[in-house]
Amino acid sequence: MNQPVLALSGISKRFGAVQALSDVALDVYRGEVVALVGDNGAGKSTLIKVIAGVGPADTGEIRWEGKPVNIAKPADATHLGIATVYQDLALADNLDVVGNLYLGQERTQAGLLDEIRMEKQATELLTSLSVRIPSVRIPVAGLSGGQRQSVAIARSLLGDPKVVLLDEPTAALGVAQTAEVLDLIDTLKKRGLAVILISHNLADVKAVADRVEVLRLGKNAGSFRAGEASQEEIVQAITGALDNAVSRRKARHTEADGGDASEPA
Amino acid sequence: MNPLKNLRSGELGAWPVIIGLFVIWAVFQLLNDRFLTAQNLSNLALQVAALGTISIGIVLVLLLGEIDLSVGSVAGLGAATLAVLTIRHGWGDIAAIIAVLVLGALIGVLQGTIFAKLGVPAFVVTLAGSIGWLGLQLFLLRPEGTINLPYDGTIAKITHTNLSPAAGWIIAILAIVIYAAAVFFNRSRRLAAGLPAISLTQALIRVVGLAILIGAAVAVLNSWQGVPLALIILVGITALVDFVLKRTRYGRSIFAVGGNAEAARRAGINITAIRISVFALASLLAAFGGIMLASRGYSAGQSTGANDTTLIAIAAAVIGGVSLFGGRGSTYGALLGTVVLGSITSGMFLLQLDSSIRLMITAAVLLAAVILDALSRRGRKAHGRA
Repeated sequence: MNQPVLALSGISKRFGAVQALSDVALDVYRGEVVALVGDNGAGKSTLIKVIAGVGPADTGEIRWEGKPVNIAKPADATHLGIATVYQDLALADNLDVVGNLYLGQERTQAGLLDEIRMEKQATELLTSLSVRIPSVRIPVAGLSGGQRQSVAIARSLLGDPKVVLLDEPTAALGVAQTAEVLDLIDTLKKRGLAVILISHNLADVKAVADRVEVLRLGKNAGSFRAGEASQEEIVQAITGALDNAVSRRKARHTEADGGDASEPA
Repeated sequence: MNPLKNLRSGELGAWPVIIGLFVIWAVFQLLNDRFLTAQNLSNLALQVAALGTISIGIVLVLLLGEIDLSVGSVAGLGAATLAVLTIRHGWGDIAAIIAVLVLGALIGVLQGTIFAKLGVPAFVVTLAGSIGWLGLQLFLLRPEGTINLPYDGTIAKITHTNLSPAAGWIIAILAIVIYAAAVFFNRSRRLAAGLPAISLTQALIRVVGLAILIGAAVAVLNSWQGVPLALIILVGITALVDFVLKRTRYGRSIFAVGGNAEAARRAGINITAIRISVFALASLLAAFGGIMLASRGYSAGQSTGANDTTLIAIAAAVIGGVSLFGGRGSTYGALLGTVVLGSITSGMFLLQLDSSIRLMITAAVLLAAVILDALSRRGRKAHGRA
C-alpha cells in the first residue's frame, strides 16, 4: 500500500496524574475510512485533539505524507489539510446555509460579500456531495439533524482538506438521517479523502468504515478490517475482556428467549 | 408569497407593523383631520429623527443578543457636552459635534470592553452607564441646568433645514435609480450565474413600489416646507447601517455572533472585537441622537435624553421586529417602529391628550408587537425554522 497521508506514532499525553494516551499509533490512508472506537475515557477525544491541534501531545511523532510535522495549534492542522467537524456542529441557526458554509471565510468582491459566487459554489458543493437541502437560502434552524450534519461536513471541505475528522456524526440522528450522513461519508471516501470517524455506534462503524482502530485506557487495543471482524470481537477489544457486560447480557437474553441472538453479518 | 401561509409558518416580515401603522394613522385622522396634513407629517418626520438614530444603534446591540440601557443618558450627555463646548468654551460647532461623536464612541468602547473582556453582563454595565452618564450630564450643566444654543448655528440647522422642492426631488430620483440599478444588476448577475432570481415583474413591482412610496413622501413634504434635512440623515443612516449589516463581512460577523457566539469564535471571528465595536457604534449613534435633540430644542437641558428615551428606542426596535435574543432584525424595522411610536406621540399631541395616555397606548402597541412576534416564532418552531 502507498504511504499513509497521516501517521501518528508513540503519541503520549498526560493530564496531571492521568495518563490519557500512552504510545498510541494511528495510520490513515487516502480514500479510507478509519473508525476510532473505544469506551468513555479511552482517549478518543484526546487523540482527536492531538490531531486537530487543540491539545498537542507530550511526546510522539506525527508524519504528514511521510514528512515529520508539528501540530501545535488548530491553524497548523487546518494548514496541513486536516478538517475537524465537532459533535456540536457550531452552526449559527439564524444564518442561511450559504452563510454558515462560508462563516469566517466569506468570499468578497471589492470589499462586499459576493453572495452570488458563494451561493453558486455552495450549490455546486452540496450537489457534488449528493446532499439534499430544500434551499441554500433557508436558515439552518429549519434543517433536519442529518442536513445540519451534512452542512457542517460540507463546510469542512471548503478548505480542500485531505483528512476529515468526524466526532460522533450520527450520535443524535434518526435512522434515515443516519443513512444520509453515512452516504456522505462514502462520498468523501470516493473523493479520495481520508476520514477518521469517532463513533459509539458499532453498526454505523461496520457499515461505513474500512478499518476499526480500538483504543482502551489510552492504548491501542486492536485493529480490525471492518468487513471481517464481528461486532463481538470489537466489543471484546473495547472492554478488554471476553467476559464483559455486553456478552453477559447477550448470554442472559439468549437463555431467556431460548432463541438465537447472534448478530446478523 | 401567500401572506396567510406566511402568517401560519411564521414569516410575517414587516407586514404587521405596516398594517398597524396604517390603522394608527387612520384612527388619528378620523379623530382629528389635521393628522394627515403635510404640516403634521413634516413635524412627525422631525420628531422621529433623533429617536430613530438612537434606535438604529439599539438594533446593532440587539442583533448581538445584548442590550444597551445607557443610550438615553449618552444622548443627554452628548447634548450637554455639545452645549458646554460651544457656549462656555467657544468651540466651533463642527469641532464640537466631532468631539461629541468621539466621546460617544469612547463611552461605547469602555462599556463594550467591560462587557466583552471582563464578562460583566451588558445589562449591568449599561445600567451603571445610564446612571453614571446622567450624573455627568447633570454635573456638566451646573449651575444653570439648561444651556441654550443659538438659533442660527450649524447645530440648530441640522434639524431646522428643509431642502428646496427641486433638491428633494433630485434626492428622491437618485435613491430610486440606485435602488432600481441594484435590483436589476443583482437579477441579471444571478441569472448569468444560473441561480434562481426574481421575475422581471417582481423586480418591477419592487422598484415601482419604492418609487411610489418615496414620491408620495416627497410630494407631501414639499407641499409644506420641503423635505427636512434631518429625515434625509435618518434614512441615510438607516440605509447605510443596513448595507453594512447585509453586504459586508463585518455585518455577517455581527449576525453570526448574535446567532451562535461559539460557532463564530470557532470560525475565526474575533468576537471580542465585534462586541466592543458594536457597543461603540451604538453609543456613537446615541451621541448623534443627542446632538439632534439639542438641535431641535435649541438647548441642552437636564431632561434631554432622560425620561423614557432609552426604553422608547428599545421599544421602537422591538416593534420593528428586532429579536431580543439576537441574530434577527433590520434597521428598516427600527425605522418603522420609530415612526409608529412617533405617530402615537404626534396624534396624542394633536388630540391634546396627556402623556399618561400616550405611555399606556405605547405599552399596548409594544405588547401587541411582541405577542405577534412570539406567535410567529411559535409558527417558525412548528415549521422547523425556529
